[in-house]
Amino acid sequence: MSRLSSADSRATSEEIPATEAADTEEAIEVDEAREDLLADLRAELGDALVDTHIDPGREVWARVSLESWVAAGTFARDGLACHFFDFLSAIDWMPSPFGRDMNSQEDLIVDGAPDSAAQAPGGAAADEQATGYAGGDTRFQLLARVHAPSRGLGLILKADLGDDPDLLRAATWVPVYAGAAWHEREAWEMFGIDFEGHPNLIHLYLPGEFEGHPLRKDFPLLSRRVKPWPGIVDVEPMPGEDEATVDTSEADANEDATEAAAE
Amino acid sequence: MTVVDPQQRAYVASQAADARVNVELETGGMTLNMGPQHPATHGTLRIVVRLDGEQVVEAEPIAGYMHRGYEKLCEVRTYPQVTTLVNRIDWLGSFANEVPFILAAERLMEVEAPPRAQWIRTILFEMSRIANISLFLGDMGAQLGAITPVFFAFRDRERALNLIESATGGRFHPNFDRIGGIKDDLPAGWVEDCKDVMGRMRDFCDQIETLLMGNEIFASRCRGVGVIPADVALSYGLSGANLRASGVDWDLRRDVPCGLVFDQLDWKVWTHPDGDSFARYWVRLQEVRESTKMIDQLLDGLPAGPIMAKVPRIIKVPAGEAYVETENPLGAMGYYVVSKGDLVPFRVKIRTPSFNNISIVPWVMKGVYVPDVITILASLYFILGDIDR
Amino acid sequence: MLLHAVQLAYWQETTIKVVVILGMIPAGALILGYVFLMKMMSFMQSRLGPMEAGPYGTLQLVADGLKFLQKEDIFPEKADRWVFALAPLVVLISTFLLFVVLPVGPDLIVEDLDTGIFFALAVSSISVIGVLMAGWSSANKYALLGGLRAAGQLIAYELPLLLAVVGVVIQAGTLSMQGIVVAQAEGSIFGFDAIGSPYIITQFFGFLIFLAAVQAELTQPPFDMPVAESEIVGGYQVEYTGFRFLLFFMGEFGTAFAFAGIASVLFLGGWWVPGFEPTDNILNWLGPIAMFGKVMFVAFLIFWVRFTYPRFREDQLQAFAWKVLIPLSLLNILATAVLKVAF
Repeated sequence: MSRLSSADSRATSEEIPATEAADTEEAIEVDEAREDLLADLRAELGDALVDTHIDPGREVWARVSLESWVAAGTFARDGLACHFFDFLSAIDWMPSPFGRDMNSQEDLIVDGAPDSAAQAPGGAAADEQATGYAGGDTRFQLLARVHAPSRGLGLILKADLGDDPDLLRAATWVPVYAGAAWHEREAWEMFGIDFEGHPNLIHLYLPGEFEGHPLRKDFPLLSRRVKPWPGIVDVEPMPGEDEATVDTSEADANEDATEAAAE
Repeated sequence: MTVVDPQQRAYVASQAADARVNVELETGGMTLNMGPQHPATHGTLRIVVRLDGEQVVEAEPIAGYMHRGYEKLCEVRTYPQVTTLVNRIDWLGSFANEVPFILAAERLMEVEAPPRAQWIRTILFEMSRIANISLFLGDMGAQLGAITPVFFAFRDRERALNLIESATGGRFHPNFDRIGGIKDDLPAGWVEDCKDVMGRMRDFCDQIETLLMGNEIFASRCRGVGVIPADVALSYGLSGANLRASGVDWDLRRDVPCGLVFDQLDWKVWTHPDGDSFARYWVRLQEVRESTKMIDQLLDGLPAGPIMAKVPRIIKVPAGEAYVETENPLGAMGYYVVSKGDLVPFRVKIRTPSFNNISIVPWVMKGVYVPDVITILASLYFILGDIDR
Repeated sequence: MLLHAVQLAYWQETTIKVVVILGMIPAGALILGYVFLMKMMSFMQSRLGPMEAGPYGTLQLVADGLKFLQKEDIFPEKADRWVFALAPLVVLISTFLLFVVLPVGPDLIVEDLDTGIFFALAVSSISVIGVLMAGWSSANKYALLGGLRAAGQLIAYELPLLLAVVGVVIQAGTLSMQGIVVAQAEGSIFGFDAIGSPYIITQFFGFLIFLAAVQAELTQPPFDMPVAESEIVGGYQVEYTGFRFLLFFMGEFGTAFAFAGIASVLFLGGWWVPGFEPTDNILNWLGPIAMFGKVMFVAFLIFWVRFTYPRFREDQLQAFAWKVLIPLSLLNILATAVLKVAF
């Protein structure tokens, strides 16, 4: 599992290396408020705080261990003044085995030859399961955000759930933030995460007899399975461009292709 | 939080799964099914209410009748295509839906829109707020039985929609924002028209203030109904005017700078200490007025210049994660965009305000009368597309 | 006129009267519906209203009536068929009986009962039974809620209605409707008798209380909890479609017409026009026209309030009746009685 390439250029600990070329002051900016927040969190959780990331002036990420998920939430609410509950969801880091279902000319131009690894469904790309800011070791990851109105800061919490889709379990955040109830219901029905202690883990959006968990990557988007995306059919000039310079060759090629297929 | 008795909980859950209107009259209380087709729920929201006479014992909202699977759909669409899709989440103030997504993508691409584009974005953002909330101002009266103010609201809202149409081409789904700027410049004469419309909008606000807010029946129906204290509101994630009506002084436009130009304007955040339905109505009325004044300032200070930054024709957003949340008409709307350096986003988590706003319904509806259910729902103000995505 | 020229047998006279009233109920409903519901409401809401059916949309309600007539007659599965079918008829019977004592001219009254106004108020209460029948037999929770709310409301507002009228009766000295008109015609205000003594001037508060109570009796906003459209979707009328709903609709507007007529008789002087003696035969022609004008005025007030105000909640509604209207009307009676004896 490799990290995303851009994550390497940003430090995963507090200081941004001074070796990074700084064109503006922002590159060596140290976000004091968010640093302090992370320091408090580290003091409270200790080893349970696995990884962090700061986007200076904007956002802070903290990845905690699954066992300390409720403790992290409780401390965020009580110790860090994050009273506002923003959202709770999950990310499935596995690249979709169906590819992007986009067979447009654009994709071929962008990704090179049709047999490139990035496009092969279930091919070499499947081994490469990159994870995002603050890292991640497993396929499924819990994602939650809380905000402190008095401090003007938000905290994004992540926790690794595991790789086995049938054994996803986490403790419920309902005692900490009442609003998590609906979010956890949605995460359960979309990803299959079982929240222990949730008062009412039933379907929120989907009908009662629905099978499967739609937001998992191996759950196909049926509309694209049935009818693949036809590619560019209409070319709109870029803002500021005029009609004459617009290149319609791709659209025309697609049109011809669909007509040929229809015959 | 909600009903603690697990048997009652299981009972309501089983009732919720059953779509038939329950005709049998139980001696323990009557279960009333409001929706999915019901004039008071703005769309297909279903609320299963257990009554004791005319008092509500328990209320359980059932959403999902309009679930379109936005987050899954976003994973197979390029960024410009997602912009089109996302218009339809909150369809009354649709420009506002595009903005946080575009800002998140711009943050990942490290592109900043030119000043003129930012100002025009802000103007249209506030215009969508006016379009959305002015409907609320009339509609809440209609929920309570005053059928006339709705027409005044729609009449004046038409002017705002016509302005949006002349600028963007679409009354309801403008699809105007682009990564790096906006699609087109404003048409000639738009600025003057807009100022005129803003003046009329202020007149409308004054009209509605005397007609509805000054009405004793309206006040007696709304005051003290559905009081939500500030700490409960925060823990449920209530946002927007609902939160400010509970006394929390928090507005994302002022507190979280993101790419719109609110820091260059002189404006005020309105709060109300009561936290009841009247407070929520009052705050929204003041906000519409404030929006018209903000738009006037924006129109006066509109800088000249390009409307689009240099972005490649085929947009590949670099890898990373970004979360941008803005103060949309309904509340705080945010997009958590995970990108892997592709044409399409890897995961988009859409945080919609009405989702959290409605999750408080079981808590707030305990012990209220049936008419108050309508009042509270009307004052919380949700759009089904926002709840169900 | 006809009545003096031709001597009719009793049964012939009664038949004519019955036919006239049966015609007046839909006619009154049509006129009120068009003028106020279609046009006045539309103009107040800055729109035009129906313009297509007939010139300026005058035939819109006729078209609506025909539409209702050709709809399928649906009974809910669990509804009690007979009660369900009879409920709108009970409401209409109450409306019909109201017209029996409504005078439109010195000789133009179906039956000049000595207990005129008392009879009118008594029969107007029959509609409560019809509403309850509709609510219960529909086998629908919304209908039941609406029916119960209606029963509570209608019974509560009977009292202010009655008490407001008592002031008029004290002043007129008679319960008979014709007698009340004549008393207003022959009365005078502090010696000035050019316009008689319309009781709207002396019984102004009684008039206001009467109007509020009428608004509640008709279940119009702000007292329309029983049919709160945005909450219980029609209340006790929710399961009625087609012809049966048309009966309820006609009942509502016909009753509005009747009550507006009663209010004009009680407070505005009825068919009497200043400048004529109450026994003039010319008033058999002018009277109906004058009555019509006064009915339109009262109906204007009723419908104007209807389109403007939001609706009361049920408990606020009851509190308004019991804690505000009834004490006020009792005070009104007291004041009237004292002043009547004093002057």
